[in-house]
Parts: sequence; structure tokens; C-alpha cells
Amino acid sequence: MAHAYTPGLKVTERAVIRKTRRLPLLGEVLVEKGAAVSPDTIVARTDIPGNPQTVNVANSLGVEPEDIADFMKVKTGGSIKKGEILAEYRSFFGLFKHTVTSPVDGVVEMVSTVTGQVTLREPPIPIQVDAYIDGIVEEVLPKEGVIVKTEGAFIQGIFGVGGETQGVIRVAVEGPDDVLDEAQVKPDDKGKIIIGGSLVTAAAIKKAAEVGALGIVAGGIIDSDLIEYLGHDIGVAITGHEDIPVTVIITEGFGRMRMAHRTFELLKRLQGFRASINGATQIRAGVMRPEIIVPGYQPQEDTKEQDLSQGLVPGTPLRIIREPYFGQLAEVVDLPPELQVIETEARVRILRAKLADGTIVTVPRANVEIIEA
Amino acid sequence: MPEEKAFKLDREITSVLATDCGSTTTKAILIEKVGDEYRLITRGEAPTTVEAPFEDVTAGARNAIREVEELTGKTLLDEKGVITPRHPDGSGVDIYMSTSSAGGGLQMMVAGVVKTMTAESAARAALGAGAIVMDVIAVDDGRKPHEKIQRIRQLRPDMILLSGGIDGGTITHVVEIAELISAAEPKPRLGIGYNLPVIYAGNKDARPHINNSLAKKVDLRMVDNLRPVLEKEVLGPAREEIHNLFMEHVMAQAPGYNKLMSWTPVPIMPTPGAVGICMQTASKEYDLSVIGVDIGGATTDVFSVFGEFFNRTVSANLGMSYSICNVLLETGVANIMRWIPFDINEGELRNRIRNKMIRPTTIPQTLDDLIIEQAISREALRLAFIHHKSLAVGLRGVHRQRTIGDTFEQTGSGETYIDMMDLGLLIGSGGVLSHAPRRAQAAMMLLDAFQPEGLTMLAVDSIFMMPQLGILSTVHAKASMQVFDRDCLIKLGTAIAPAGPSGGAKDGDPCVKVELEVDGNTIVEEVPYGSIKLIKLEDGKKAKAIIHPSRQFDVGKGYGHTLETTVNGGVVGLTIDARGRVFDVPQDKALRNRKLVEWFTAMNLYPAELLKKYAEV
Repeated sequence: MAHAYTPGLKVTERAVIRKTRRLPLLGEVLVEKGAAVSPDTIVARTDIPGNPQTVNVANSLGVEPEDIADFMKVKTGGSIKKGEILAEYRSFFGLFKHTVTSPVDGVVEMVSTVTGQVTLREPPIPIQVDAYIDGIVEEVLPKEGVIVKTEGAFIQGIFGVGGETQGVIRVAVEGPDDVLDEAQVKPDDKGKIIIGGSLVTAAAIKKAAEVGALGIVAGGIIDSDLIEYLGHDIGVAITGHEDIPVTVIITEGFGRMRMAHRTFELLKRLQGFRASINGATQIRAGVMRPEIIVPGYQPQEDTKEQDLSQGLVPGTPLRIIREPYFGQLAEVVDLPPELQVIETEARVRILRAKLADGTIVTVPRANVEIIEA
Repeated sequence: MPEEKAFKLDREITSVLATDCGSTTTKAILIEKVGDEYRLITRGEAPTTVEAPFEDVTAGARNAIREVEELTGKTLLDEKGVITPRHPDGSGVDIYMSTSSAGGGLQMMVAGVVKTMTAESAARAALGAGAIVMDVIAVDDGRKPHEKIQRIRQLRPDMILLSGGIDGGTITHVVEIAELISAAEPKPRLGIGYNLPVIYAGNKDARPHINNSLAKKVDLRMVDNLRPVLEKEVLGPAREEIHNLFMEHVMAQAPGYNKLMSWTPVPIMPTPGAVGICMQTASKEYDLSVIGVDIGGATTDVFSVFGEFFNRTVSANLGMSYSICNVLLETGVANIMRWIPFDINEGELRNRIRNKMIRPTTIPQTLDDLIIEQAISREALRLAFIHHKSLAVGLRGVHRQRTIGDTFEQTGSGETYIDMMDLGLLIGSGGVLSHAPRRAQAAMMLLDAFQPEGLTMLAVDSIFMMPQLGILSTVHAKASMQVFDRDCLIKLGTAIAPAGPSGGAKDGDPCVKVELEVDGNTIVEEVPYGSIKLIKLEDGKKAKAIIHPSRQFDVGKGYGHTLETTVNGGVVGLTIDARGRVFDVPQDKALRNRKLVEWFTAMNLYPAELLKKYAEV
């Protein structure tokens, strides 16, 4: 593959962003093509079948399963309220009465004369999908959802936890090297997305949750701090469904890691803007990275489009993403085409890169990512 | 052995093109008849294109095949797809076929009545067909009915396999499970609006009731009971139906697969199912018990063939990148650090592992990093093998008649039939094993994680072409096995590992003496307990060996009994592993580091100057 390189994460002031908003089951789309939507606009809805409840009527009445149909007070398809009698059995000339009451409001869906079980279906559960971002409905997916299109600033993180939320961006540190600790989290950060530098501490996340902040973006996080915040360890890189108050997005990686200058500077310019963010991360087929979207942001100057069609070329800005230079920013110096032996004795494709301090280092091409604009 | 042969050859085959559409990479291989034998000619690969923006698997397949075209100068593709059969001008191939695990492979839920009986049989059927088993639901799985229903609703499998009861037995319990599935109204992962396929392979007397419960809500299929009687497990019909449904539902819903299916007369097979067939064919061909492992980024598959028993397990969350943190979570940091002969801060190690998870395509640049990655792989392999042994068991609930000869060998029902002394061939596959910079590193990872006993040939799969060879073996077993032997397997060499000690032996006590006759020369090696010795014996060479274990050790003939045999060389050589079975590394850190450096040096695992540096610390 001639252009083998790791594309890296998008950090751009101006991008066309499309978000597919899809129902889990077929349903009804509530907006039309071309409609303007805001994050809380409901674009599609459906009802998923209500929760089923099974009741073993035969056991409760002390009768044989094949006989239960005779004792049902509500037949298949009939409605019943919680506490109402579902089935009744009178024995000994009617002197003794055994009853089974319904544990829920619902409909009798099935009466099994094999197992003696009765299945009750609770009322349908409405599910709705919102637009998540400000934008225009570009396409309607009949009965499934819509594609919302917007233009604005777009930043991808490397890893996140927590789902979709919206808030106003506030940069809480001076520079990309600074640590976001509890002292930088203010009481008026309620409803905000707080930007840190190289690290966010467990105490800062805790304080952010206390004041009602909705999101945090920082360069790195210590592994044990993340576990403390979540209350459990993470085994596989599939996140976004955690029940946590603050969505946390990491832009560089685990450990204290200076936020890329370009990312930090863009976030500074976005201060005061309303952003839609999502911590959901999935690192396997169908890669999903956490994101920060600021719809409608207009760059003050025209930004040049970066040409990535050539992949890595001398001068391409990149980030090294593995030891021994992990986290360092560099620029491609040259790209020898032949395989070379590295310290591990593996023969791999490498590149030479100039670090910020001017040192020239050799790095496997698999261990760099282009800083994309 | 392969259970289905949906395609029959009607002409002589001299060229075969096969692809495996993996979750990240599509790999194409070209096999041709050269003289009297089939050989791998070349291979090509390209990123898989199931995901957006391409959403057409054939684009990736075309790119991989195009690489084969460039390397061979042959024309294999036209606008319709792969050119078959081969044209007189030399373009095209005689047959094309493909396997696939793209888009998450085949994901199944299985259900049965008793967790350790019918549900376990159902799990074996699904795993053997190449599926990832998302959950096993059983009457006695400890969950309340509403919890089971909730779980079935949450999962969106590609299909469900339901079994339970022996033919003519009670029907109540299996119908109860069917009612739970009916109540949950499960939906398939792919194809919004489609009915979920459910295969019923239980008590045949329950069929009318199963039909009543499920037919209106799911796409119900009935096949023969997989446990018609307690003492018998018949997995073939269920596996065959799984493969049919895989083609009809999963593949048909996946982007571009309809087009890919039109290119080939051989049904597309799930990648792990094809690897399983390859392993079974190899076991038969070599007349050996075989264990194979494929350690990937997200999952680790283990296959075993012992006699008539074939098993496959998937450890869905043990892998070297996407699920690397789960290895850490399951084994604990101490178990990883025990394979590392230098000091590393625990927090630093944890952060490094997390960073590998979020940037899964990176490779170790430093030796320290390589040693850490290989330490993690030992634990992932070890855990996956423990998981495998727990499922590769005899049928539970079966009464066995015992003879007097069984008195000392209590292998009752439900015990694993994996006999490490009987194991003849251990095959490793996956980047961390196949691409280890020194082949000895792969041999050592296999030895440490699996701890084979007696004599075992160690091998790695050169370029992971077992899926293609597996599907090829269903139509042309000879071609498949010739390529497997000559081009796929890299033989690392025989490992001699005495089991024991049977009593209290100390480090340095006598363990094994090996007399080798190679090319007319005799070599005698005595290896004490606690040590490893590597003897050069090149690939393709054989040596007559007389192996004398000391009285506390056994190499297959009983404790203290001599074994006379022939051993095979390999690219690493002949390893005499006298560390004992089962062995563990010392608890004491200083002693452990010293032993690790000693073993690594004996195996020439890493550069000598580096190991010297570790020894001095």
C-alpha cells in the first residue's frame, strides 16, 4: 500500500459534519428534508415493545399446566392492571380460593399450557432520537432516522467516556502543559465544558460533577483516576454508555500528556461557543472516536486545506504515539523506502523525524500519526 | 472432519485464488500447481471495505487481488469479478473462494435447558461453526426469568441456537426457554425490520410447541436434536444450518456480499469455521493431536483436535490491542510483571497497556516494550487456553462404565480431554507470534502459555492463510494440505518437556538426559530440573532420540521410563524444557529475574548484551 500511514485525529476549524441519527427499530421520522434542527429537536420516534413479565400461574395455583386456560380471569389479548386478579382456582366446592394477581399493568400476551407460564406485556416504551447538533436535515432515512448536516469546528479525541451532551466551552488552564485540578474548576462551570491541558485529575472530575459541569477535555488522564471515576475498570475499548455525570474526552492518551498545541489553540478560540460533545469510543472495525463539534463556528482567517493525498511526505507534522518518544510532536525529515531493522530487531518501514528540540529520531511508520487539519 | 461439501469439483484444478475478508484486512492468496504439487505463488492484502465510506466488501477484495495481479503479472479480475475458469490466454483462475469475518463475524446467542449439558453442546456447535457466542442462556444459569429476558433483549445477535431435552424426554423446560425468547422478541444485529433466525435443535417432541411460541416472531428453523440421547452429541446438522443462515442472513445483509457470493461457487464460510476445518484436516493428515491458537487484536481463538473430538473456543475479550486492557483486568498486573525481567513501575505499565488499546496499530520500538508485549501475550494465551479446556470436555451427565484399568485414570464425564502428553502439534498464529522478531520468542511464548508435555512440534502460521486453506480443503484437501505443509507452517522445532516432578525436586536435580543421533554424530545432553537447553537441529532434519527422564519425570512412557523416538528440527531447533510441568516462575523477584534471564539466554531470545544488562540489575 503506497500511502500506508495513520491518518490521525481531525482537529479542524471548518469541516462539513454529517451525523446519522437512527432509531434502534423501525419507527416514524418527525422532520423533513431541509428542516433546521437544534440539538434537542426530536427527529424520530418509535415504540419498542414493553417489558415482558412471566408469571408461573400453574405453580402459583397448584394446578397442572394444561389446565390453566380454565382458570384465567383475563384471556390472551386482554388488558389487566397491576394487582388485578389474573387467574383464580377454587377448590373443595368453592371453599378454598387461590388467586394470582398481575405484577404489572399490561396485556396478557401468551398462556402456555406446556409450562404453565403466562406472559404479560407492559405498555410500549417510547424511544426518541434527538438531532444532537445544530444543523439541517440533509437526508431522511424512511422509518429509520435522518442525516443532519452542519458546518463548523470539529475536534476528535483519542479516548472518552460518557455520552452525548451540549455545553459552553471554557478553557480553565493557561497552556497545554498545565494540569486541570480541582482548583481550576469554578462554581459557575455548571452546564459548561471545561478544557484542561496535559492532564485532568480525579479531584477535578469530582469537583466538575459537583458543580454541574457537563464535559471535560484534556490531554491525558492517569489510568487509576479513570477507574476511580467510573467505579470499575475498562476491559475493552467500547465506551459511551457509562452512567456518569461528566463526559470526559482525552486528546492524547493515558498518563500526563501535553495537549497538542494546535488542539489547545483551537479550543481557546472556541471559548464561549456552545459545543456538542460525545465521549463514545469504539476502537475496532467501525472506529469511533470521541468528538467536539461547534456548529456554525466561522474561522477568523481563511485556513488552508491540508493536502493528505500524498500521505506522509517530508515536512508533514506528526505526533509519535509509542515509546520511547510517545507524545512528542515532530516533522517528517525523510522516508526511506526500504525496510529497516529497529531496536527490537523487527524489519519495518520507518521514517526519520525532527522533534521539537531539533533532534532527529528514527521511528516505525506504524508509530506516528499525522496531525490532520 | 468437514461436515459439508456444498460444492463438488467437476474439473482439474491447477490454480486457486482465495480471499479472507477480515475485520481490518482482506488477504488474497494465489495457489498453483507447480510440477506435481500445489504451492503458494504469492499473496496480496488491502484494507477491508465493509465500513463507510466504501460499504462494499468487494472493493477490498479487488484491491487485495490487484496486488496479486501486480506481483504475478497475471490478469485475474474483470469488470464482473474474478475470472473463472481460467482462460486459454492464462488469465483468471480455475476456482475462487472466500472466507469472512468482516463486520464483527458471526455473533450468536445459544440457549439450552441445563447449562452444563444441552446449553454447553449448543455452545460447542456454535463455536465450531465459527461464531462468537455472546451469551449462553439456560434454565439453571442462576438468572431469574426477567433477567434472562432483559439479556436476550439487549443482545442483538445474528442468530440464536436453541436446544434442550433428549428426544422423547420432557418438553416443559425447553418450551420454557422458547417462551422467554418469544417474550423478549429479539431483533437481529443486521437488517432493520428483518426477523431474527432461530435454529431449534432440541427434543423433537417439543417442535409443535416451539413452533407455537416462536414461529410468528422469528425466522424459525428446525434441525435434528444435538443431544438425541444423553450419551451422544450430534453437532453436524446444527452447524450446517448455522452456515446456511450465515450465508442467507448475515452475509446477505452485509454490504457487497451479494456481489462477492456471485463470484464463487463455494459458499462463503466464517473465517474461524474455516480455520477449524484446516486444523481437523491437518490432524488427520499428520495423524497427530493438534492445538492451534490465533491471537488477534480483539479475540483469541483456540482450536483443538484430539482423536474424534474437535473443539473451538473464542475468548472474545482477550487480545493484543482492542481488548489488551481486558487481559490486564483478568490476569492482574502481577501476572504480567512475572514475565518481565526488569523493574517497571506498575502505574507506568498500566498506562502503556491503555495506550496500546487506544492506538492499536502501533508496534514496539524498544526491546523493553517488546518484552512487555510478549509478557502480556503469554497471559492472554494462558487465559484463553484455560477457557478452552473448560469447554473441551467430555459429555456431562453421562454415566461411564469403568473397568479395572480406569481405576488409576479417573477421567470421568465433564473432564477435559485435552491431554498435553498426547499433543503432537502446537500451532501459533496472530501478529505477536507470527511476526515475533526472533522465532525463538514465538516458541517460548507457546511453551510458557500452553506448557506442552512430552514431545510436541511447535509451529507458527507464516502469513495467516489457514482460513483460505480451510475452505480450500472442503473442495480440494490435497492442494490445501500441500500448501499448509510447505508454505503455511513454519516449523519451529520439537520441544521435549518432561512432566513432573512427581515428588519434591530441587532446582538443579537431574531431570532428563537426551541422546541424539544426527547425521551420524551423537550428541548427549543432560538438562537439570529448572533449566532449558536449545540444540540446533535445522528445519527438515530429523534425529534419532533416546530420552531418559529421571525417576520423577515422564516423557510419555511413564515416570523414569526411556523413550526412543525420532524428533524433527525446525527454524529454532530442538528445545529441551526441563522446567517441569506444570511450572511457575519463582515468587521472589530477584530469583525470578535471574531465572528469566537464564531461560531467555538459553533460548537466545533477545540480544545477549541486553540480557546481560538485566542480569546485572
